[in-house]
Amino acid sequence: MSSYAELSLHVRLFMKGYPFARYAIEPDLHAPLKRPLREARVALVTTAGLRTQQQQDFDHSSKMGDFTFREIASDIDVQTLIESHRSYAFDRTGIQADVNLAFPLDRLRELERDGAIGLLNHRHFSFMGSIVGPRKLIDHSAPQVARMLREDGVDVALLTPV
Amino acid sequence: MCNQTVCLVQAALEREGITTVSISLLREVVSALRPPRALWVPFPMGYPMGKPNDAALQHRVLAAALTLLSRNDVPVLADFPADSC
Repeated sequence: MSSYAELSLHVRLFMKGYPFARYAIEPDLHAPLKRPLREARVALVTTAGLRTQQQQDFDHSSKMGDFTFREIASDIDVQTLIESHRSYAFDRTGIQADVNLAFPLDRLRELERDGAIGLLNHRHFSFMGSIVGPRKLIDHSAPQVARMLREDGVDVALLTPV
Repeated sequence: MCNQTVCLVQAALEREGITTVSISLLREVVSALRPPRALWVPFPMGYPMGKPNDAALQHRVLAAALTLLSRNDVPVLADFPADSC
């Protein structure tokens, strides 16, 4: 079970002092479901720092954190994705054994096959979640991905951390 | 920080009219950011869908998250029940 108590002292002190409330989301923000899930177009967005073997690595040297994203085609072999997260606050052995642990694309394919969701979007997105200063994420890269997914006609997105 | 980044991207998607639900591993973070719909899961950092190569558990987590999509009483923070693990 994850809580601050489980994290290392260094990480815990950082998290305790971090002004999370500064980035609180407007409480009335709400896009209601427009159609039943079995008819919806679905995309997956992760902050696990995943990328394909061909894509450039995330920048681990940036002090504020790399706010860029990687586009992942829906027909990718999930287990070929590379986990390139800079955080040392989590155990990587699970995701190395099965990328679906943080990017459950195979599970969503099964739901699509069974008709539980309408269809999977042709692309999904990956961020590297260790972003200490999120201003550029908030102002640029997150809205850019949101616009791309809206233009794709995506109805529903599932988001996963790591 | 990963959980904060999820919430911030989630908010951007909702502003474009996309209905979202997120998985969260850190209740302290998701409680501060209050995204529209989140499922808190009782798993270690790095294990948001439960266990590697356990498709049944991953499907239970996924189903619990997707159920929240129809909720309009936002912000919703639901717990994945520990006895479902």
